Amino acid sequence: MEESSFVRERHGHGRRRDLEGFTRGLSGVLEHALDAEALAAGGGLLQGIDPRIKLLALLALIVSAVLTRSLVSLALLFALALALALASRVGLARLAGQVWLGVLLFSGVIALPALVMVPGEALVQLPLLHWTVTLQGLRSAAFLLGRAEVCATFALLLILTTPWPHVLKALRAVGVPLVVVAILGLTHRYLFVLLQSALQSFEARRSRTLGPMDSAQRRRAIAGGAGALLGKAYQLSGEVHLAMVSRGYRGEVHLLDDFRTRPRDWLLLLAALAVPALLLWSGR
Amino acid sequence: MSADYAFELHDVGYAYPQVSALDGLSMRVPYGQRIALLGANGSGKSTLLRLLDALYFAQRGEIRAFGTPLSEAAMQEEAVNFAFRRRVGLVFQNPDVQLFNPTVFDELAFGPLQLGWPKGLIRERVAAMLERFSIAPLKDRAPHRLSGGEKKRVALAAVLIVEPEVLLLDEPTAALDPQSQGEVIRFLVEGRESGRTVITATHDLDMVEAIADRVFVLADGRLAAEGTPAEILRDHALLHACQLNHSHWQVQAEEEGHVHHQLDR
Repeated sequence: MEESSFVRERHGHGRRRDLEGFTRGLSGVLEHALDAEALAAGGGLLQGIDPRIKLLALLALIVSAVLTRSLVSLALLFALALALALASRVGLARLAGQVWLGVLLFSGVIALPALVMVPGEALVQLPLLHWTVTLQGLRSAAFLLGRAEVCATFALLLILTTPWPHVLKALRAVGVPLVVVAILGLTHRYLFVLLQSALQSFEARRSRTLGPMDSAQRRRAIAGGAGALLGKAYQLSGEVHLAMVSRGYRGEVHLLDDFRTRPRDWLLLLAALAVPALLLWSGR
Repeated sequence: MSADYAFELHDVGYAYPQVSALDGLSMRVPYGQRIALLGANGSGKSTLLRLLDALYFAQRGEIRAFGTPLSEAAMQEEAVNFAFRRRVGLVFQNPDVQLFNPTVFDELAFGPLQLGWPKGLIRERVAAMLERFSIAPLKDRAPHRLSGGEKKRVALAAVLIVEPEVLLLDEPTAALDPQSQGEVIRFLVEGRESGRTVITATHDLDMVEAIADRVFVLADGRLAAEGTPAEILRDHALLHACQLNHSHWQVQAEEEGHVHHQLDR
């Protein structure tokens, strides 16, 4: 606390955000991950579904979002995603922060030019630039953004309501090749190793940063730190893999929990499969 | 070479890019013996343990485990791999590296699951190990949130759950508080009756007599000496040459007239 005020006095709000903000961001990611684990292990509609069935059902809904040619159907799918989230105790604020905002920013960059580049019926002319937004352009952008938001929401619902090892086991159960599942499993593990290394490394740097740094020094410090961090994380990741191999790991996912499929699981799968079937049948 | 030894090494060499770790190392580890690998940092102890656990493979010379050559090709075979992993367990120096499961319970179950044990048996064994290592209250906790001593106990339990015939320990008391160090040493001393082959890499001279029947001293990737703990610990000149004692020992040794000064030069 005292250190923060000291830095603020010396360098102002903007300058202290580099290392301190980055460190806080890394802690936030780790806390988010722990929250997600707790959420997946808790109670809720999707948490109680056999992970294999849940994977297939949510995949069917994602396929539906990709297949549909109607904005109304897309909106209904989005509403379904919201209902599933609420029934599974996944807060809308979490979805907004973790999915909707990010997807809007990334997909928005791609979708925005479509507003003025797709020829069609003119809707409005942008001031200063004199570019014309077309109805067809607006539809294209809405489809792109809508599909991305709906697909990402269903995907995040799977991750937030299923412990990660169960997701991996479900992927194997539905025929995803061993090498893909092993890569996903190790990537997830190494991501945490990288985050923890990053956190420790930036905390250590913070504790040794006494005097003011100009922007070039700060950039050098961050670039140097990132390089050293990657080297350290690479070494640690190798160690984690050796520790896994030492205890018999050969890429396959083995869990103590057996998946059990109950009638309601089949019901959910049937309902989810009915959505793309209905869309295909109705041509929408 | 005979099958009376858990491990036999003949002229083993291993190097990392630009750094030689082991060079011409030959040694034998009889079944049931408790071995201490003494050596300063960088002497090759950790590399040797990884070679013995078939995580690395000798670039020169030969290692035989339980009478048969230990090679990368042999370990690719599932049956050989399973049999070896069942018989040999390694506890890493850094428990954070070794504890990668979401809960302590999952951590203990990981090894038996990989080895295809029946699930009922796994649950029984996990429950027994949780009690034996006094970590039952931690079973639902995330391993990375435990204290250093708790992590070390979980790491030990996670390896010992498959009851390996050979236990390899890399600096088991490093970075632990005195009480946790005492717990680990007590465990190693009490394990004397189990008949298990235990190879402990350490540079902590205080624990050697308690945990080992025989000591191998490594220096610069080579075997510098071999003997009983008493023989090795008496040889202050050797310990000094291998950077295993500090000036206090040196002064004491000089007073006792044990130091061969030509070794110091």
